[in-house]
Amino acid sequence: MEFTLDSGNTAWMLTASGLVLLMTPGLAFFYGGMVRGKSVLNMMMMSFGAMGVVGLIWVLWGYSAVFGTDVGGLFGNPFDYFGLDGMTDDQSLMAAAGVPALVAVAFQATFAIITVALISGAIADRTKFSTWLVFSGIWATVVYVPVAHWVWGGGLLGADGITSSLSVPIDFAGGTVVHINAGIAGLALALVIGKRKGFGKEPMRPHNLPFVMLGAALLWFGWFGFNAGSEFAADNVAGRAWLNTMIATCAAMLFWLLAEKLRDGHATSLGAASGVVAGLVAITPAAAAVDTYGAIAIGAVAGVLCALAVGLKFKYGYDDSLDVVGVHLVGGLTGTILIGFFATDKNSTWYPDGALNGLFYGGGFTQLATQIIAALVVVAFSFVATSVIALILKATMGFRISDEDEVTGVDLTTHGETAYEALGARMTTEVKA
Amino acid sequence: MTKLVTGVIQPHRLDDVKSALEAAGVRGMTVSEASGYGRQRGHTEVYRGAEYTVDLVPKVRIEVLVGDEDVATVTQVIIKAAQTGKIGDGKVWVVPVEDVARVRTGEHGAEAL
Repeated sequence: MEFTLDSGNTAWMLTASGLVLLMTPGLAFFYGGMVRGKSVLNMMMMSFGAMGVVGLIWVLWGYSAVFGTDVGGLFGNPFDYFGLDGMTDDQSLMAAAGVPALVAVAFQATFAIITVALISGAIADRTKFSTWLVFSGIWATVVYVPVAHWVWGGGLLGADGITSSLSVPIDFAGGTVVHINAGIAGLALALVIGKRKGFGKEPMRPHNLPFVMLGAALLWFGWFGFNAGSEFAADNVAGRAWLNTMIATCAAMLFWLLAEKLRDGHATSLGAASGVVAGLVAITPAAAAVDTYGAIAIGAVAGVLCALAVGLKFKYGYDDSLDVVGVHLVGGLTGTILIGFFATDKNSTWYPDGALNGLFYGGGFTQLATQIIAALVVVAFSFVATSVIALILKATMGFRISDEDEVTGVDLTTHGETAYEALGARMTTEVKA
Repeated sequence: MTKLVTGVIQPHRLDDVKSALEAAGVRGMTVSEASGYGRQRGHTEVYRGAEYTVDLVPKVRIEVLVGDEDVATVTQVIIKAAQTGKIGDGKVWVVPVEDVARVRTGEHGAEAL
């Protein structure tokens, strides 16, 4: 294919890439505010650390292993564009939109980075930072890369994949690749690493809710790049994705607050921030495939379901510290499965070739079944693969800090820093230059 | 004889108590942040559906040294200014003080007040 540069689309994709990259520091604030004051720096460092590791891996072999020549439907050839050598713009994932290959690499890098960073919320306060960095690299390579290849790179969950006798799974911006994948990986890690000391007995309140609100706001802002950017062009489909990202998120926030008000008697700020994220997660796979009513419904259902799901960890006794399972896994599943009900070509113009309308728009059960199969495949693969990686790292490097360090606080014991001067009323006695 | 009047009050009543004491002729006081609970206990907070009981709630402690003759007045002034009628308004108590000295001059007793 002859490549013709489209500077408008390219400008938008560079902008969208910057927006999505901002989501990860935004996530650092969202998560950082939710932990106790003695572990806020470590929580933020897990996001920043994921940026460092995955950012480099992505340009060395990650992009190539997702979008390179298909190897058995499982992954792309990591040596096709190793170090981004040998790429030409007509091989760009976004070539049809006139966006150069390097811009496609940049945009996709930001997705890999935030997916890894999302997982860290499940293992707050107690994780060895060194092991987290190693995990980030291995997980990005062994779990994120194949799943992204299956959905977006022409693999198992694409047009010629395992559901080809039914339909093609719709995942516009990463419901399965990013959120279901990260959510179930968070559950696997939380189970392998174990509960925080005092989980369920000691209070572990968020130490800074304004940080949480700030983080949710930055995530929402960046998410417009995430979803509207996934069109790869500045056009009406991107506009639909942008609007649905707003609509579903508004609905999810309000419905989360409503669920809280009815259950607990208060509509809380943490609930608003969480509802925002739940809505963003749920609309991600559906952003360009549903109409206004579908977006409202997806947001509303996600808001209520996620608000209820965050209590499951107390019921079943797994310590998913910051509700990665309750928000990302449940939200991702909600959006991915509801596409099977609400997908419509009425007000939007985007479907992968071969995908169908949902149950409520005359398409029958076929698309719904396809969506469920895609979700289950990712859940099963990510859970097993993440567990294996985590168990190996636990047996070799160790995945947890000592009990003593955990009680003192991971900020001080791992990083040699504390976030707030007032904590423990420390007094500086000597400064060495 | 000198007495120490201590009031533990709602933080938002501090300004009123301070002005009322000044109007009553009290020339000095010590104010500190405190936390505690009385019969009402603390309060509950809810985070993503998980309920946390917070026993200790913020209070302000105000301490005034007064001569015997002013104890009743000062106590009444604090009560009147701090009262909202709602639970959690606080307490005022009086204890005898053996001696008081002004650091700047070394004066003792009533002269040091």
